[in-house]
Amino acid sequence: MDLGLSEEQEMLKKSARDFLQKECPKRLIRQLDESEGGYSSELWRRMAELGWMGLVFPENYGGSGRNFLDLAILLEEMGYNILPGPFFSTVILGGLTILAAGSEEQKTELLPKIARGEMVLSFALTEPSASYDAASVKTKAIARDGEYVIKGTKLFVLNANVADYILCVARTRGTTDPEDGITVFLVDARSPGLTCTLLNTLARDKQCEVIFDNVTLSGKSIVGKRDEGWPIVKDILQKAAVAKCAEMVGGAQAALDMAVNYAKERVQFARPIGSFQAIQHYCANMAMDVSGSRFVTYKAAWKVSEGLPAALDAAIAKAWVSEAYGRVALSAHQIFGAIGFTMDHDMHLYYRQAKAAEIIFGGADFHRAIVSHELGL
Amino acid sequence: MDFAFSEREEAFRKEVEDFVAKELPGDWVEKNIYWPAGYGTLAQFEELSPQVEQFTRRLAEKGWLTISWPNEYGGAGLSHTEQAIFHERMSYYRAPAGEIATRIGGPTIMLFGNEEMKKEWLPRIARGEVRFWLAYSEPNAGSDLSSIQTRAIDDGDDLIINGQKIWGTAAHVSHYAWMVVRTDPTAPPHKGISLVIVDNAAPGVTIRPLMNICGFYSFNEVFFDNVRIPKRNIVGEMNKGWYYLMVALDFERLAIPMGGFRRTFEEIVQYARETKRNGQAVSQEPLIRNRLANMAIQIEVAYMLFWQTAWMLDRSLVPNIEASLLKLFTTELSQKLANTGMQVMGHYGQLEGTSKWSSLYGRVCLGCLDCISALVGAGTSEIQRNIIAMRGLGLPSK
Repeated sequence: MDLGLSEEQEMLKKSARDFLQKECPKRLIRQLDESEGGYSSELWRRMAELGWMGLVFPENYGGSGRNFLDLAILLEEMGYNILPGPFFSTVILGGLTILAAGSEEQKTELLPKIARGEMVLSFALTEPSASYDAASVKTKAIARDGEYVIKGTKLFVLNANVADYILCVARTRGTTDPEDGITVFLVDARSPGLTCTLLNTLARDKQCEVIFDNVTLSGKSIVGKRDEGWPIVKDILQKAAVAKCAEMVGGAQAALDMAVNYAKERVQFARPIGSFQAIQHYCANMAMDVSGSRFVTYKAAWKVSEGLPAALDAAIAKAWVSEAYGRVALSAHQIFGAIGFTMDHDMHLYYRQAKAAEIIFGGADFHRAIVSHELGL
Repeated sequence: MDFAFSEREEAFRKEVEDFVAKELPGDWVEKNIYWPAGYGTLAQFEELSPQVEQFTRRLAEKGWLTISWPNEYGGAGLSHTEQAIFHERMSYYRAPAGEIATRIGGPTIMLFGNEEMKKEWLPRIARGEVRFWLAYSEPNAGSDLSSIQTRAIDDGDDLIINGQKIWGTAAHVSHYAWMVVRTDPTAPPHKGISLVIVDNAAPGVTIRPLMNICGFYSFNEVFFDNVRIPKRNIVGEMNKGWYYLMVALDFERLAIPMGGFRRTFEEIVQYARETKRNGQAVSQEPLIRNRLANMAIQIEVAYMLFWQTAWMLDRSLVPNIEASLLKLFTTELSQKLANTGMQVMGHYGQLEGTSKWSSLYGRVCLGCLDCISALVGAGTSEIQRNIIAMRGLGLPSK
């Protein structure tokens, strides 16, 4: 058992921390939050130059050939700094799906473009029912003369408004088993009939309503096999949950660091507030939450990296970290008092991230249900 | 990063399993009512039943009471991770696996005792021939341990001790007190304390067992009336005892019975599966499933904190804040597990083991009581949080 990072991993972590601190300061984050697109193409380009997008793509597809664990380390730093933009939807939801299920032609065409930062992807799964189960997929893809016509509404779709392509999960066949008859399609975002509306969300994370009004696709736009798309979705949801946990761990660490530093400096009753037990105990609880969260997250990431069954560990991580980041963010707010309640202060940026991350890919109760199922309860 | 155990470690785990299957009496693990991370049901181990004695002897023969100790001191010379694997498995079966001398006294002597002390004590401890009890707290010195008043006066070759200790678990069934005394009342409190070993059989030592709320005589009040000890029983240097005590406390906090959590949880799950309520198994009720899943998750988190401390020790890193995090998390988990057990069992959770209709040998009933000690003993949760905050995060004390 080795719970430390390799030299390479330490370097990745440090370089990411330094880069983001310099190139993505809070000032820029606020600007991007208020903008429609939500990301800086200059920053995007530089991230691509660093090899971040293609980190886990095999080298023959233009990537660096590193593993999911390395990606988790990078994501933790993104969570630590907060990084607005479509990295997660492009690389994790889009890139990993194509890597896992795309045809050789699709991989050869798309992965290098993603790695070079030339393509933004989105993943349209959830519908107004806002559930992650197969039965909730009601968007239809009707076959017609070798083509497919997609009709339905997707909701809470990350970065659809800036995507070049949207992976759409639709039902190609109605059967008694809801997990049967689902297909993943790669849709050109400029397709006629596709309308994207930005939702105003807590975390300003550019989630969209995407209406597919008889969007026509060729048969070549299927990723994986027709009617057999649900296993692809399940697999990517599992990876996405773990990836989100890595981000959350970073965010929770940042909240802890901010709160501890403030507690050392802020003076009330003629002493730093960090000398009061109540504050100290909040900080200790936060340290406990961050530490435990980091371990269960990396254990799950390691299992994904090694290609080992990760369903239980992913669910454990997402259930725990979802609530842990929330606790940490609230405790940190408590330490900041009124100043933390101002828009100008940075604390609420992390709190918003925590709430959004809690929900996406299933919240704590959803994942606890998976845990009880995996345990055979 | 690698979360898998090595082949050697897996083989060792199997060796431990085989040993327990062979040496532990058949119904021990079911009937033993020890609650994980509680301090009040430890009494069972301390009671000198022939079975415990025999099992402990077998462990000593293999050097397994002191797994990570060097061979020269009677240990098995294995890694801290292997020692952790041993304790995880032992605690899973609720088996005796050493006590204060092997897990706290010996390791502290190895770090700070002089050669004479090491030769005199370590082999005997490794053979399981001596049991220590912790003589720390006093009626007026609990969390505020540096305010102890028990006095040791220099008398040439000896120290003469007067005072009183309280809450010493298993003092009544041990041989020696591992004790902190004030040797210099003129120095600042932390700088006038010495760590000494006192023979229970010495004239002037009076031990009075106290009954805890679980109904066991687990801890004691002990009076010292002009008790004479030789100066060679001072651990390390005189008046440096506070520093050694901090290390001894870390050793204590690392000694968490992780396997006990897993075992007890499995038993509660099994109960939930086998028991029907309103026409369905208790384990099918959504809220119960949610709570059980929550426990499984927290046990996983606890395991990671546990393995982390072993990994650190193997890399010669000192798990200081990590020991407090582990102790804090697992003891609070002990309480949550007891609450979950009660929620699962409902009315049946309140039945004592001896009662008609009781299940799981009344373990949950006892656990609800014992878990109260978990947040208090070996440094209260509040003290652990203070340590994490001040020593770990660098927050100021004033």
